[in-house]
Amino acid sequence: MKDKMIEGKIVKISGPLVVAGGMGNVNMFDVVKVGELGLIGEIIEIHGDNAYIQVYEETGGIGPGEKVVSTGEPLSVELGPGLIGTIFDGIQRPLKEIAVKAGNFIPRGLDIPHLDRNKKWDFKPVLKAGAEVKAGFVLGTVDENENIVHKIMVPPNIDSAKIKKIESGSFTVTDTVCLLETKKGETEVKLMHKWPVRIGRPYLRKNAPTRQLKSGQRVVDAMFPIAKGGTACVPGPFGSGKTVIQHQLAKWADAKIIVYIGCGERGNEMTDVLNELPHLKDPYTGKTLMERTVLIANTSNMPVAAREASIFTGITIAEYYRDMGYDIALMADSTSRWAEALREISGRLEEMPGEEGYPAYLGTRIASFYERAGDVVCISEDERQGTLSVIGAVSPPGGDLSDPVVQATLKVVKVFWSLESQLAYRRHFPAISWLNSYSLYYDNFREEIEKKMGTIWTEMRRETFRLLQIENDLIEIVRLVGIESLSQKDRLTLEVSRLIREDFLHQNAFSDIDTYTSERKMFLMLDTILQMNEKGRAAIDRGMKTEDVFKIPAVEKIARMKYVPENELKQIESIKDDIKGELDRLERTEA
Amino acid sequence: MTKEYKTSAEISGPLLLVEKVDNVKFEELAEIEMDNGEVRRGQVLEVDGDRALIQIFEGASGINLKKVKIRFKGKGIEIPLSPDMLGRVFDGQGSPIDGGGAIIPKVIRNINGNPINPYTRDYPSEFIQTGISSIDGLNTLVRGQKLPIFSASGLPHAQLAAQIARQARVRGSKEDFAVVFAAMGITFEEADYFISDFKKTGAIERAVLFINLADDPAIERIAIPRMALTTAEYLAYECDMHVLVIMTDLTNYCEALREISAARKEVPGRRGYPGYLYTDLSTIYERAGRIKGKKGSITQIPILTMPEDDKTHPVPDLTGYITEGQVILSRALLKKGIYPPVDVQASLSRLKDKGIGKDRTREDHADVFNQLFAMYALGLEARELAVILGEGALSEKDKLYLEFADSFDKHYINQGEDENRNIEFTLNLGWKLLGIFDKAELKRIKDQFIDTYYKSEQVEKLQFKAADFDQEL
Repeated sequence: MKDKMIEGKIVKISGPLVVAGGMGNVNMFDVVKVGELGLIGEIIEIHGDNAYIQVYEETGGIGPGEKVVSTGEPLSVELGPGLIGTIFDGIQRPLKEIAVKAGNFIPRGLDIPHLDRNKKWDFKPVLKAGAEVKAGFVLGTVDENENIVHKIMVPPNIDSAKIKKIESGSFTVTDTVCLLETKKGETEVKLMHKWPVRIGRPYLRKNAPTRQLKSGQRVVDAMFPIAKGGTACVPGPFGSGKTVIQHQLAKWADAKIIVYIGCGERGNEMTDVLNELPHLKDPYTGKTLMERTVLIANTSNMPVAAREASIFTGITIAEYYRDMGYDIALMADSTSRWAEALREISGRLEEMPGEEGYPAYLGTRIASFYERAGDVVCISEDERQGTLSVIGAVSPPGGDLSDPVVQATLKVVKVFWSLESQLAYRRHFPAISWLNSYSLYYDNFREEIEKKMGTIWTEMRRETFRLLQIENDLIEIVRLVGIESLSQKDRLTLEVSRLIREDFLHQNAFSDIDTYTSERKMFLMLDTILQMNEKGRAAIDRGMKTEDVFKIPAVEKIARMKYVPENELKQIESIKDDIKGELDRLERTEA
Repeated sequence: MTKEYKTSAEISGPLLLVEKVDNVKFEELAEIEMDNGEVRRGQVLEVDGDRALIQIFEGASGINLKKVKIRFKGKGIEIPLSPDMLGRVFDGQGSPIDGGGAIIPKVIRNINGNPINPYTRDYPSEFIQTGISSIDGLNTLVRGQKLPIFSASGLPHAQLAAQIARQARVRGSKEDFAVVFAAMGITFEEADYFISDFKKTGAIERAVLFINLADDPAIERIAIPRMALTTAEYLAYECDMHVLVIMTDLTNYCEALREISAARKEVPGRRGYPGYLYTDLSTIYERAGRIKGKKGSITQIPILTMPEDDKTHPVPDLTGYITEGQVILSRALLKKGIYPPVDVQASLSRLKDKGIGKDRTREDHADVFNQLFAMYALGLEARELAVILGEGALSEKDKLYLEFADSFDKHYINQGEDENRNIEFTLNLGWKLLGIFDKAELKRIKDQFIDTYYKSEQVEKLQFKAADFDQEL
């Protein structure tokens, strides 16, 4: 790379945008070191001899005349063992190492290797010398932790090669473990390699997603499910619980690996995740959640340009694990902050603004990010399947969904969880509106679900949606003319819908038991409530009043269902019989 | 000898363009000497080759392009720091204005600070008792939190902030404690209210005040919160103090930012505020927090006034996205004679869950909170219904909810300006109000707590103390 080193001089500084002269020979999107401090920046425009650089660190104290050196490489991440369980900043510098080196605050111009250079990993080859390989072939594995087998693959940019030498034993990420003979000569394979963040990692082909990504959140799994390899967005005003939902998904989604990007959000929220994950157990593997999580933190007070990069850093890491044939879920909180970073840089470049000052290419950028999600067949020896699901939070000003970022996002995502402040005010969490939200995936995995839950499940979902819709209409009527005008059956609909809302859709993220619900429990809960609907209706037909029907003790038990532990689900199963018995008894006493 | 430039080329608003400069750094401090000898200060906003754009803090009036002399100081805005700052009052440039001598600095710091590494943050979880039920009980404040007060013109945010500053304590601790107060563009009367309140209660001994009044240069408002926070960081992380930072009024701060942005001819965002308003505000708010291994902490109570009581205005909106909750004041409650008029439903403390419960407040806190909240919501619905259909049309249940909501407003939210309630009182008060419901109605409270507290002796003997409030609502 030495021959590519190009040195220029700073001409202009305006916030995170620096212009340097004498840079005519650099490549677009190359990373440069800016000024005496060596701040990290990226070239985003070239005009003749001048390069426009967005700098990922604060630019105070930098002046014209200082040098700018090109590294000759685009912004890249290091991919290899050691990613899991680590917290990085927006350009993949490990925050723990920064703290060790620089203390409690993040200074500028720190140059720290992204992956630990000293740690040794046990490499176990699966192929022998002489084997013919192609891109994506697994050469060997490293146990990254008890949970994750990290596959060391032939990098995507190598067409075909023959293994000349392959070694087993203990290596650092920069040691060569394998020597490949290609047409162009020999290539060393190390435990880690670099990949430019703005270029999606290649795959063989993409499929329509067909499996559900379970989240343990009832309103999500039952009403608005997301697919493995699918995309979802969570827009909502502040205080509506976007971050709690993202955290819940990061904790309980049944993905092999979670990549969580805190993009321009609160520092304490990242601390919260960091504190909690090591203590929580993954319900699917029994290991701690930290052992399957990669964290990227660019908090709101960290440099704005790095925020723009953080989303790409995260998704490139996610794609790398996808290529190993795993199911990955990526959460980005919040994509609005990322879009604002785009807007800020665009403004400094004096580009013609589009809607609300956002650049005209906002929609394209958002689409190109979400399109990196998918259910893919990886380039590999065994056509293994990997999925990458992307869930983005959006923070529209004032919760207004006409915001350009929301609108551009809705064009590309298939699941929309609409958060409403009215629900949040009533402390109904997750505040996902059952009237406005949608998921376009249910039919993709309907067969799979029906195989497990029975065909009745589709029917139950439909009935639930129907009841909630009718409730909404009835409430309007009650507002206008009072509850007296409603028939007994309509009143029953109101009461049952209330059970659905309060005892099924409402879920307490801070309760040890209610924070996660298995499919079985979810089914039993909804089944019990719908039983109440059915039996209640029959009772009214026989002349009873809604008020009395809802006085039976079983209603109390329905309210406590969510706090029944997973290993005592019999308690819920028995409520159905209670409902029948108690209603029969009630009828007898009234008669 | 620093170079002096007489090459000023343009003035527009508070911005001065100087040409043919050499070796000027971004965000460097500059001195502007006028021909009458007056020296003003400014900061470099942009450097383009040999042209530097300077933002003048005291404004550009009276500057003559031909005669003005510019000197660059080779450093950004700095503030001298020392524990002796406690008890002192400073202006927007960090110079004392209380008649006392200059501060002999222990250290000098750039006011911009560096972001706290999220890895070294300590999650805030220590309960701060403010003595105000609507905050302690429902929107609990913890050490290291940033909890703004969303107010509007004519609402008693100043009284509330002063009361919090007076009463805030961490229970059972005698740790060092300080208040840093930053006034941005507020009136003399409002500033005087705080200063005399601090003096009256002796709090001034433990306070550092930065004052920029409404008629002081708007540009100084940009630097003042950062000076206050740099001081707070020094006191917290180097002098081991627990610092409460009160900043008022952030809306004025944002307007000053807008003014500069407009002068720089930047592409405006919503309502003319610059597109980077969020980022800029976060560099203020995110300086609250705790750091692992440090004794001190920084808790922020920023105050902002919502133009037209509009919560979706960019200033409250972006603030809400950064801070850890908000306390919203309501004009309707104030009109009913309720102080502090906290709109409980719209207010929120995001960090409350980790700050309450056993060993922090009391084991029943979370359940009581949920129950009070649920009942109050039902009460408000009933109140709304009563407005449309008349009270007579309410069901027995709804009437009970309405009664609850009324007494909740009257006894729980409402309290005296000098009334300092401890957390036990606040919690028992909640139980007392819930006493009008049947046990079985209290679905959100665990049975064990109902057994201990529901209509218990300590709850029953409790007297409502709303000091100067006895007339019917």
